[in-house]
Amino acid sequence: MFPFLRKQADAQAASKGNQPAVLFKTAIRIRSRASHNATEGVPWIWVCAGALVTILLLIAALFGVIISQATSALWPHSVVRIQQDQQTVIGVAMRQEEGTDPQTNERQMRRLVYQANRDFGINEFTFIPSAKLAGAERPASLWFVERREWGPFIGRIQTADPATAIDIDEKTVSNLVNEAAMRAAELRKIEKGPLADLNASMEEIRLDKKKIERLLETGKISEDDAAAKHAELDKQLTESLKSHAFLTEKVQQLRSVDEAIKVTLLAPNGQSKTIPASQIMRAYQPNSINIIQRMGLFFGRLWSFVSEEPREANTEGGVFPALFGTVAMTILMTLFVLPVGVMTAVYMREIAKQGFLVSLVRIAVNNLAGVPSIVYGVFGVGFFCYSVGATIDQLFFQDKLPNPTFGTGGVLWASLTLALLTVPVVIVSTEEALTAVPRSLREASYGCGATRMQTLWNIVLPKAMPGVMTGLILAMARAVGEVAPLLMTGVVKLAPALPVDTHFPFIHLERSFMHLGFHIYDLGFQSRSTELSRPMVFASTSLLVAIVLFLNFIAIKIRSELRKRFEGRGAF
Amino acid sequence: MLSPADLPPSFLHPECRAKPAQISIQDFNLWYGKSQALFNINLPILQHEITSFIGPSGCGKSTLLRSINRLNDLIDNVTVGGDIRMGERSVYERHLDVTSLRKRIGMVFQKSNPFPMSIYENICYPLRISGINQRSTLDEAVETSLRSAALWEEVKDRLKRSALDLSGGQQQRLCIARAIAGNPEVLLMDEPCSALDPISTAKIEELILEMRGRFTVVIVTHSMAQASRVSDLTAFFYLGRLIEAGPTQRLFENADCKATQDYISGRFG
Repeated sequence: MFPFLRKQADAQAASKGNQPAVLFKTAIRIRSRASHNATEGVPWIWVCAGALVTILLLIAALFGVIISQATSALWPHSVVRIQQDQQTVIGVAMRQEEGTDPQTNERQMRRLVYQANRDFGINEFTFIPSAKLAGAERPASLWFVERREWGPFIGRIQTADPATAIDIDEKTVSNLVNEAAMRAAELRKIEKGPLADLNASMEEIRLDKKKIERLLETGKISEDDAAAKHAELDKQLTESLKSHAFLTEKVQQLRSVDEAIKVTLLAPNGQSKTIPASQIMRAYQPNSINIIQRMGLFFGRLWSFVSEEPREANTEGGVFPALFGTVAMTILMTLFVLPVGVMTAVYMREIAKQGFLVSLVRIAVNNLAGVPSIVYGVFGVGFFCYSVGATIDQLFFQDKLPNPTFGTGGVLWASLTLALLTVPVVIVSTEEALTAVPRSLREASYGCGATRMQTLWNIVLPKAMPGVMTGLILAMARAVGEVAPLLMTGVVKLAPALPVDTHFPFIHLERSFMHLGFHIYDLGFQSRSTELSRPMVFASTSLLVAIVLFLNFIAIKIRSELRKRFEGRGAF
Repeated sequence: MLSPADLPPSFLHPECRAKPAQISIQDFNLWYGKSQALFNINLPILQHEITSFIGPSGCGKSTLLRSINRLNDLIDNVTVGGDIRMGERSVYERHLDVTSLRKRIGMVFQKSNPFPMSIYENICYPLRISGINQRSTLDEAVETSLRSAALWEEVKDRLKRSALDLSGGQQQRLCIARAIAGNPEVLLMDEPCSALDPISTAKIEELILEMRGRFTVVIVTHSMAQASRVSDLTAFFYLGRLIEAGPTQRLFENADCKATQDYISGRFG
């Protein structure tokens, strides 16, 4: 036998003999410590488990508060009547708190009572000692009326003529309200349909005229042509005006019919007000309805909340535009962030030569995730709105100037800004997913004679897709909740129109939009009365949370489908 | 005391030059960074014969195998010297299209690595990347290669199912089917049975034997018994050097080099 071979064998034997021995020693040391002091590791397990439970409880509590408050905001509560200081207080009992009695200066528990009836000279909110509430009456004849203007009303509904006023029975009220709703729907159909179309086409004619003048000035068309075109446009305009007048008259007619049907609202303080029945959106007698009717009302109000437009400076009505804006913006952001983030990560991990420069870029990307979101907002408004947008306006929307089209905040710029904000998350998680693709798969593909791009496209990217989805979920969750950058790049308190409608080109990405996050901020801190908007704040918050959960649910579902497909059931 | 540099020069039995070589490895050297892994390898690989590479771990046999289809290009810092020729052309030619080279050389790896796709798509992969998408061609190729890999009867009813649902042995046979689907001239096998149970191993060895005469097969193996069962020619490597190459029977019964004898008889390694 060769001596060198023996040496090699000896060395191998030595290493084989040694290594397990070392391992063994370590194992013994660990075990002996554990057995000598059996409780040593246990407190740490308890501390960690406790931390987990605490966090879970806190999250559950947060969700509980939000959802219970939101439910309470939409629930048709009963109305109480209490005598207090020779005054009758009628309203909905709300939260309880400890306060000081103004007369006796004693600390006592008291309940906040919502009296509504803002336009009848009644304070909307008053405090009642909790003790008094126990024996409160609940008169069955009282109505709770949701109105288009002036907020809710609590009191009696009577026939319109004050001289012969008598209470209207429940059936008549509901008939009145339903008929009014049908008329309102008809009106709305005209206003949002043909009338809106006419307005849009008249605006187009105005722009066309402006364009002709511009072309004339620059000498691109002759004066004769311009005059002919002007005449043509004028003719169109006259026709439009004619149909506009016709439609307006029709609207006026419907309105006058509407105005004629009136009811009188009699407030508990004796004041009354006669209003068109169409002002009433929903009316019910909260003390005489049973639980099933109450549930029905609850779901009706829930549906109104998610499907209607806001009223009364957003403190009432629904949040549909905000809901739509939030979802549209998030989806739009996803469309931008996914390809850009994935392509960046693919370049950095798969194509670029790993070295100083790539490391530098990687650090920069990671740091981008730490930049305050307001800074992104400032960048967005400066770069997207005022640079890119203004240039687009100069090139394509000259006739509308000085009114900006793209040169101001809009849903496109907002989602691009958010895409910028969330792209680091997508890049980092995509890179991780790419790194985790087993080398053996790449080798198999190269071994078959695939090019780098074929391997990337057919093997590596599909395998990395679940990881990419994880990044996308995180990015979406962050984007939905982000408000600060939107303040500057296109969010408004009340958007005149949705970014999607029936007018060409149907999707209007330049339009400003409403967003639930901003809606919450606006209601909670910028509205006339925080107490009044409080229920809406909670309802909007739970809706936002629900959207986040829903979007995440979809993404997680897609991810698990991908996982199933790419990992198979019988794992390696 | 003998250092690696004092190893005897490679001994090539005359049988290694008896037929025209499909691949001829000439003065081949390879470095990972600064450490040299292969030293002056000279070895012809004969057409349509089965050649096995044996030797202890780390002796460079897998590295040499992966040099043939230039899979080592994927690793940073690899430099090569000398030449590997396939037919008239050098594998390391400057303007050679590596992908077309790899299409002529199928490869089976140590760990079965089916793609996370259906069985059907796994087999189609080499064809699809060559731009063949015609349904009838693909169907035919799938059936032929699965039959060659003795897998057809087992999977013909579930071609659309994920390849990852197959057992370990079936997965490896699928990889063999995939490797031969593109009709390569050479089949490289890097310890194809090391992760398999004896029955699966036997099946794959049977397959390899059936391939004699159709493909030029190079198989790296740790199992001496396997080398003696399946190969026509055997090459023994040690410390990055080719020690001896010749007819399998000769090497196993009466090797010329002492080191080969010691290794084969199990006295080291």
